[in-house]
Amino acid sequence: MISMIRDATTIARRNMIRIRRVPEVMVFVIIQPLMFVLLFAYVFGGSIDIPGGNYREFLIAGIFTQTVVFGATFTASGLAEDVQKGLINRFRSLPMSRSAVVAGRTASDVVYNMLSIIIMSLAGLAVGWRIRGSVLDAVVAYLLLLFFSYSFSWVMACLGLLVPTPEVVNNATFIVLFPLTFIANTFVPSDTLPGVLKTIAEWNPVSTLTHAVRVRFGNLPAETPKPTAWPLQNAMLYSLGWAILLIVVFAPIATRLYQRTGKR
Amino acid sequence: MNDAVRSTHSGEFAVEARGLTKRYGGVVALDGLDLSVPTGSVLGLLGPNGAGKTTAVSILTTLLTPDAGTARVAGVDVLSEPQRVRSLIGLSGQYAAVDEHLTATENLEMIGCLYGMRRRAARKKANELIERFRLSESANRPLKTFSGGMRRRIDLAGALLADPPVLFLDEPTTGLDPRSRGELWDVIRERVQAGTTVVLTTQYLEEADQLAHEIVVIDHGHAIARGTSQELKRRIGGEHLDIHLAFPEDLSRVETIVRPFAIGAIRIDDQEALVSIPVATGVEALGSVMVELSAQNVEIVDIGLRRPTLDDVFMDLTGHKSQEDQS
Repeated sequence: MISMIRDATTIARRNMIRIRRVPEVMVFVIIQPLMFVLLFAYVFGGSIDIPGGNYREFLIAGIFTQTVVFGATFTASGLAEDVQKGLINRFRSLPMSRSAVVAGRTASDVVYNMLSIIIMSLAGLAVGWRIRGSVLDAVVAYLLLLFFSYSFSWVMACLGLLVPTPEVVNNATFIVLFPLTFIANTFVPSDTLPGVLKTIAEWNPVSTLTHAVRVRFGNLPAETPKPTAWPLQNAMLYSLGWAILLIVVFAPIATRLYQRTGKR
Repeated sequence: MNDAVRSTHSGEFAVEARGLTKRYGGVVALDGLDLSVPTGSVLGLLGPNGAGKTTAVSILTTLLTPDAGTARVAGVDVLSEPQRVRSLIGLSGQYAAVDEHLTATENLEMIGCLYGMRRRAARKKANELIERFRLSESANRPLKTFSGGMRRRIDLAGALLADPPVLFLDEPTTGLDPRSRGELWDVIRERVQAGTTVVLTTQYLEEADQLAHEIVVIDHGHAIARGTSQELKRRIGGEHLDIHLAFPEDLSRVETIVRPFAIGAIRIDDQEALVSIPVATGVEALGSVMVELSAQNVEIVDIGLRRPTLDDVFMDLTGHKSQEDQS
């Protein structure tokens, strides 16, 4: 266990060095989240009406969740690149812990996400977003975002070890993540959605995560009706449950995949 | 290299493999390969692309599980104790890479840490190797700015970092210019002198000739010949007669003229306008061929006898094989 943590730290340290050297990482971690906040705030900000509220304020939590969920794809493309470049083979020939490469990668992606969230928070504050809840609630909201993203990174790790090239990652994830983050309450209240989509949105963990964060930040207008769907009523618990489930299921799979990946 | 100068285990062989077999779908990559590498010696695995060299190295370095067969490296069973094997080997080659966004020092320090060294010790060792490989000036530049030769040296340094008793080098010089190749050979020789056992795969006959004590020629996943470079050359026997022609147009005519003297496959190089034939009795053949050629007015630039090279051995061995396949 100690050697696992030590090796994962070594791998995470290596990934952190890359953030300064690889421009794509910079764009993905810093520029893109910044753009999302500004674009949504100014392009949709004026045309979408939230009863009794301010759309920009409503929106920020949605952008946070969307960014951290998409941020998890970094785990996939990073591992896929390591496989393609032959680094995974190097690691697999070393007497290091078998789970450290994936664990180090998912850990460093938390740091990437943390950076993204800081940038987005600052941009949010600049366009008029405010944290209206308590400091403790805000901390809980941030931690929940990071933990959910971390758990999702393990799913993405499996994908990264399965795809033939890093380029496939973006296409494969887009098909899943786009509906996942849009058939939700990320950008509009879920009760505005028609029939089946509404039910999907209500049970979508991205919705519950957004809802929980939004409530903790105090960004939900006072006159918003209480949610009727069980997941949204228990948003915090439901989101945490999903996160734990994803880790329990996908962490062992990712470690197994790592052990048999690599070029021959 | 006769006796091991340094041996970390009591065994006579640093690498022993029996009946290694690996299939991918219907394709047989390895077909019952046996290997024995005496401790402190260099084994050259020689063969064309797709012969099974990399598959063999992947199995011995625990990256791949064979369908059948057993292997021990430094006395440790590869299948039952892979993690112990990993601490006793260094791997460098075409598919075991370095991180191009990290500097030379960062890459080597990382590898050192992953071998279980302390960070400071890893950095010290990294700096020693960087100096030894004359890369000190570039030590703090990301590897993507390095030339192919420099990158290979860092790759090799990664394999040497923990002073493992057994080194696996998978085509260590493929794609390098002759000077870089020579430099890498020097480093490898140095390690062998210090007692390290080396398994080396290569497509270059010259490389095997230069470095290996014993050569195993593999094709289609199994050994088709083994022995020292001298033994392999002796096996195909006799001498070779090389005829450089003035005009490439004469090549086919010359082939017909020399055919009665050849005791093996005739090799023709269009670009060099060269005909090379294995002959049984050198001087006699040389005289007769010269008489024939001048009688038929073939203009030659040069003609000479030479001892067979590994190139000839390889042509001879695989040539026979492919003819058998066709029949």
